[in-house]
Amino acid sequence: MSTKLVPTPGQTVGPFYGYALPFEKDNELLPPGFPGSIRLQGTVYDGAGHTIPDAILEIWQPDADGNVVQRTGSLVRDGYTFTGWGRGAVGNSGVFTFTTVNPGPTKPGAAPFISVALFARGLTNRLFTRIYLPEDTEALANDPLLSSLDPERRKTLIARRDPDGGLTWDIRLQGGDETVFLDFQ
Amino acid sequence: MPEDINAELESEELVPPAEPKAAHQPLDKAIESQADLSAEINAMGEAYRRALKDGAQPETQPRLDYPPYRSSILRHPTKSLQHADPETIELFSPAFGHQDVHALESDLTIQHNGEPLGERIIVSGKVLDGDGRPVAGQLVEIWQANSSGRYIHKRDQHPAPIDPNFTGIGRCITGPDGSYRFITIKPGAYPWKNHLNAWRPAHIHFSLFGAEFTQRIITQMYFPGDQLFPLDPIYQTIVDQDARDRLVATYDHSLTEPEWALGYNWDIVLTGPKRTWTENEAYGDAGDEE
Repeated sequence: MSTKLVPTPGQTVGPFYGYALPFEKDNELLPPGFPGSIRLQGTVYDGAGHTIPDAILEIWQPDADGNVVQRTGSLVRDGYTFTGWGRGAVGNSGVFTFTTVNPGPTKPGAAPFISVALFARGLTNRLFTRIYLPEDTEALANDPLLSSLDPERRKTLIARRDPDGGLTWDIRLQGGDETVFLDFQ
Repeated sequence: MPEDINAELESEELVPPAEPKAAHQPLDKAIESQADLSAEINAMGEAYRRALKDGAQPETQPRLDYPPYRSSILRHPTKSLQHADPETIELFSPAFGHQDVHALESDLTIQHNGEPLGERIIVSGKVLDGDGRPVAGQLVEIWQANSSGRYIHKRDQHPAPIDPNFTGIGRCITGPDGSYRFITIKPGAYPWKNHLNAWRPAHIHFSLFGAEFTQRIITQMYFPGDQLFPLDPIYQTIVDQDARDRLVATYDHSLTEPEWALGYNWDIVLTGPKRTWTENEAYGDAGDEE
């Protein structure tokens, strides 16, 4: 093994990603209405409580059975292949939407979650966070990350279940209910 | 600092605000000079260099909280990032392959009927992980302004000409040795509204995936010797000079092709890895045959 190299710094995604990063069906990990599909939606807020119109998110998750998918084809969605990865820019009102499936637990008893990378104009480097499903309260209580957090902060990582079976999860970059962002180093 | 920074910033960068807001800030209050900004940038740089002398660890990433980049003021987390050990899904990365990206997408000069204007360049290098292993078979995306400093994006209102033969987006899949190569046009510097007479140094946006989602990064590549470096609050969000230098490509005459294009080399090192690798994965055998 060679010696450790110093990582290249990140930079803001800037305001002009809109003609470059989005692609057709980027936020549809499965087509809307596909059996088992759900809507995942939320709003991105800044420190003044205003919605952010120029953020872009990526989600990365296991399939409904908790398997990590290693299939290509995300950029050319065929309507059937679930790759586990999607990209969604917010609209003018700061709202993002994905069509996906509920992730399964990757091992027995693990709390299922969706991994998130957030980019925005004004955000100097990407932020990582997680979206946990709300149902398995025992798994949530045993989760190493969640159990390391104060109850108030912990809530920011757990999605709400919508009446239609979808998930709602908002991002707050600052403030009392600031979303927990992660450092993996 | 103005009280309603948000309303002011959004109008400054010509981004339509999400909701109608009371425009109670007089326009001229938004005008800050480069001298004002440079004083802030230099003060933060001085403080950092003093801290280094006193034994602080060198910083390697941009500061999330960097007030000279005005748009960051309301958009940086105020609480420390929470340490987490990456779990299963985070120790893998989405897979991309030649099904996703056509080989010609790496040439930004052939996307229209005619040749784009400007200085044709080759930008090439390797994507490596922190152990120096090549990141093979992964997606690299780039986007940039044209040679006049104009983005095709509808929100770019810089009165420089659009080039009908240049869109400014490219993609490729890294080779077995982690290599990538783009043919493009050298982008121009362009003005923005952070402060009065703010100009971004010429740059190309790069989006990179590693073998693990925790290695995901979006960054910007710059060109050597740019006189705008000390003035630019985005480049300066990285306070460490060695770290900033890692975003600057090297002119490489061995990449230059005679009577065709100038060559620049830029290698990218991702964080990690955190996962224990098998030999096959390290050479990217998996993932491309779906």
